[in-house]
Amino acid sequence: MTSDVIAFIVVFAAAILFFSWSCYRRFGLVLKGRPDNRFDAVHKRFWNMLFYAFGQRRVVSKPFGINHFVLFWAFMVLLIANAEFLLNGLAPDVISYSRLPDGAYFTLACIFDIVSVLALLSVILAVIRRLTFPPPHTEARSRDAFIILGMVGFLMIAFFGMHASEIARGTERAADYMFISNFGASIIPSGASVGSLETAANVFWWIHAVVLLSFLNYLPYSKHMHVLASIPNCFFKSLEKIKTQSREEFARENTFGVGQVEQFPWKGLFDSYACTECGRCSDVCPATFTGKPLEPRLLIHDIKVNLLKNGPGDGGEVLPLIGGDGEGSVSEEVLWECTTCGACMEVCPVFIEHVPRIVDMRRNLVEMKAKFPEELLTLFENMEQRSNPWGIAPAERTKWAADINVQPFEAGKTEYLFYIGCAGAFDARNRHTTLSVVKILDAGGVSWGTLGRDELCCGESLRRLGNEYVFDNMARENIKMFEEKGIKKIITQCPHCYSTLKNDYKQYGADLEVVHHTEFINSLIKEGKLKLNASGDLGNVVFHDSCYLGRYNLIYDAPRQVVAAATGKAPTEMERNRDKAFCCGAGGGRMWMEEHEGTLINVARVEEALEKKAETICVCCPYCMTMFDDGLKDKDAAEEVRVLDLAEIVAKALSE
Amino acid sequence: MLVVACVKQVPDTTQVKVDPVTGTLIREGVPFIMNPYDTHALEESLRLKDKYGFRVAVISMGPPTAEVTLRKTQALGADEAILLSDRAFGGADTLATSMVLAEAVRKLAEKEELAIIMCGRQTIDGDTAQVGPGIASRLGCSQLTLVDRIEEVDVKNKQVKVRRKLEGRHEIVVAPLPAMIAVLREINNPRYPTVPMRLMAEDADIALWDNKEMNIDEQTIGLKGSATQVRKIFSPERTKGQILGDETDKPEDVARSLIDKMKEKDLLSL
Ligand code: SF4
Ligand code: SF4
Repeated sequence: MTSDVIAFIVVFAAAILFFSWSCYRRFGLVLKGRPDNRFDAVHKRFWNMLFYAFGQRRVVSKPFGINHFVLFWAFMVLLIANAEFLLNGLAPDVISYSRLPDGAYFTLACIFDIVSVLALLSVILAVIRRLTFPPPHTEARSRDAFIILGMVGFLMIAFFGMHASEIARGTERAADYMFISNFGASIIPSGASVGSLETAANVFWWIHAVVLLSFLNYLPYSKHMHVLASIPNCFFKSLEKIKTQSREEFARENTFGVGQVEQFPWKGLFDSYACTECGRCSDVCPATFTGKPLEPRLLIHDIKVNLLKNGPGDGGEVLPLIGGDGEGSVSEEVLWECTTCGACMEVCPVFIEHVPRIVDMRRNLVEMKAKFPEELLTLFENMEQRSNPWGIAPAERTKWAADINVQPFEAGKTEYLFYIGCAGAFDARNRHTTLSVVKILDAGGVSWGTLGRDELCCGESLRRLGNEYVFDNMARENIKMFEEKGIKKIITQCPHCYSTLKNDYKQYGADLEVVHHTEFINSLIKEGKLKLNASGDLGNVVFHDSCYLGRYNLIYDAPRQVVAAATGKAPTEMERNRDKAFCCGAGGGRMWMEEHEGTLINVARVEEALEKKAETICVCCPYCMTMFDDGLKDKDAAEEVRVLDLAEIVAKALSE
Repeated sequence: MLVVACVKQVPDTTQVKVDPVTGTLIREGVPFIMNPYDTHALEESLRLKDKYGFRVAVISMGPPTAEVTLRKTQALGADEAILLSDRAFGGADTLATSMVLAEAVRKLAEKEELAIIMCGRQTIDGDTAQVGPGIASRLGCSQLTLVDRIEEVDVKNKQVKVRRKLEGRHEIVVAPLPAMIAVLREINNPRYPTVPMRLMAEDADIALWDNKEMNIDEQTIGLKGSATQVRKIFSPERTKGQILGDETDKPEDVARSLIDKMKEKDLLSL
């Protein structure tokens, strides 16, 4: 055994030991989280991992994602090359791919050579990008980023240096197939002695070895922990689209929500390791976009920093998870700014679950500390006492129908319950939508009835705001009433009611067929039950996707088809549309709060609609309606541009 | 020291409708709530607890169903809750009610030094604002009404300094303890219960005191002890005005047409 081999064994063993210890320390912390079953349906998870991690499905949806794709796959291929490199260093005479038959060896050598140059090029490109036209967030240009890129670059240069020296020395039998290394060898001055070439090869070999092992050990301490965690994170990703939050069990001995980092489910902690700090979530976040302190990327980063600081529980000072303002703490303000629009989760390449984490922490504030923005106190009391956000007397629920004849729902006689929702019943503007839906249902010959005064709020805002206790009571009460009255099929006109009755109530075992008016009207049209006179009266109709219809429930086409049928023309799309649509600002209970920081979200969205020369803005949600109405007033455009609900557009087009 | 907060369970009057035929109130199906003024009295009591470490006992006279309201006070942090309930207490006016409440306070004060009796200014069903003062006069203690701030409780010298809100001015009053304080709604913003406290309150003990326990002369309580009797409840005739415009009009336009109307009727001196 040469002294080189002995030296390498020592270095290698130390590096591996340290790496294992780092991983044990870091990943051990994840196990402190609450249980969360992510091991079911393993085959499905396996496919997710192949598709999203190895296929880089979401990564490549952005221009520079291709670069990452190349680097990722170069990395995968070079993993084999480097494993061979390390083993060869430990036992040079036993393990070496040069011992393979010529054909196999030449192929591998050729592949590794080409892949290495691809990796080097994408590293150079990444560095240039960061220096010249960087992504918006500063972390992309952090020391961390350059250290890692530098290491990878160095590794490739050492690789070529090593092989070029070998080729120049004439000891590389695959030389003809290693084009790049061969080229490297050609620029070595021909007078170099065999001895100096051997030394050069040796030096490059050691550089390669040391950089490789340092790289490995640097990973757990940098944002490149994602190299280790993001592939498994795609395996652990939620199997269903996340449509809501988990239930809580209200037992005396429990704590509620998350006030300390280890109260998160373990997957929430693992998420923070998997974050690549790519910043895509912040790029699409309406709060970040309008200059508010909430940045989903930072939120996840803070969870990680907090875990690393508090997780070991070594008696040091405890970093508060909520309330602090430094790195590793999330301020209360940040938590209340989220509209739960879900844009962050939709775009995250490694399926990090931001919204459930935000609601977890809101729950802690509301349920354990009774701390929340002032405006919410009235909301909470109104909901609990009068079962509507405004605290209006329940007797007024039927006021919208003062001039028409509405039948109560009766099991056996009526097919559908038309669940009006609080906005549809109490809000003056949205009552017009309700009446339009009624007109359409009647025109389509649908058998429907309402709950009249007995209708209760579904509790949506409370759930998103973290007031799970009161939501839980409201959900049970509603489900009990639906069961008692034999209600099975429900039509809603509000995406928030829709998603709550459909997805949230499912957690309570409710067996309901819930349909939003957009889908319902679309099927009435398709079945030929509505006679529409498409006219161009409404001018240029710009369509706005509601978060809780689109991203949460994947209803994108139905409303567009309905607009086309009712106006004779497909609606105009805004710049950000469908799954990338920008929130109106009212979701997540934000409807009931003021925006204290930055600019207004609804105004930003209105501006986007105005850019498209909107004459009519079509919405499908009472909250969107209010937000657009207000935004247009803000832009002094309320005279020229009107906001109409999809149902209103259809009702106008109904031939009498 | 002890603070006794008096609360009442009342029908949510915004939901009470008048029967168009008989003219009587339809109470059926109307939910009960804690009298909104009393939520401020309770909050102020709890703030004294937080600040001076006083113990807070809540008393309420009413039917057994009023227990729900008392539970709510426990979820908010009251230390003890007592329901004063007996058929003999029924039909009481403010005079007879204050008799029972005062007696309950007296009983509580036997065991523990009484500092303050906290009441809401009035209830939303009776709207008399007489019960608080009634308790004070029966107990012969200080009587501080229309209080919108408690400046200080001086435990050593046994006195309390409060601010009273009068028309167009404030008045600072110092009074000896024990004192009855009737608070205005603007005195504070009531807190919201945490879930652990709600769960705790779900199976907390609510004491029940009937007249066996209280032993008050039956001639002075309930219907018999009442100086007033309700003959009839009706809603006053309302002369209907005219509604101009509709709910969807722009606020600016509504305001403008209102001003025009006022000018027209010569109600504005411009
Ligand atoms: S859900 Fe929407 S508002 Fe909330 S953090 Fe994500 S992108 Fe931002
Ligand atoms: S959470 Fe996802 S989208 Fe956001 S920075 Fe991390 S990896 Fe990127």
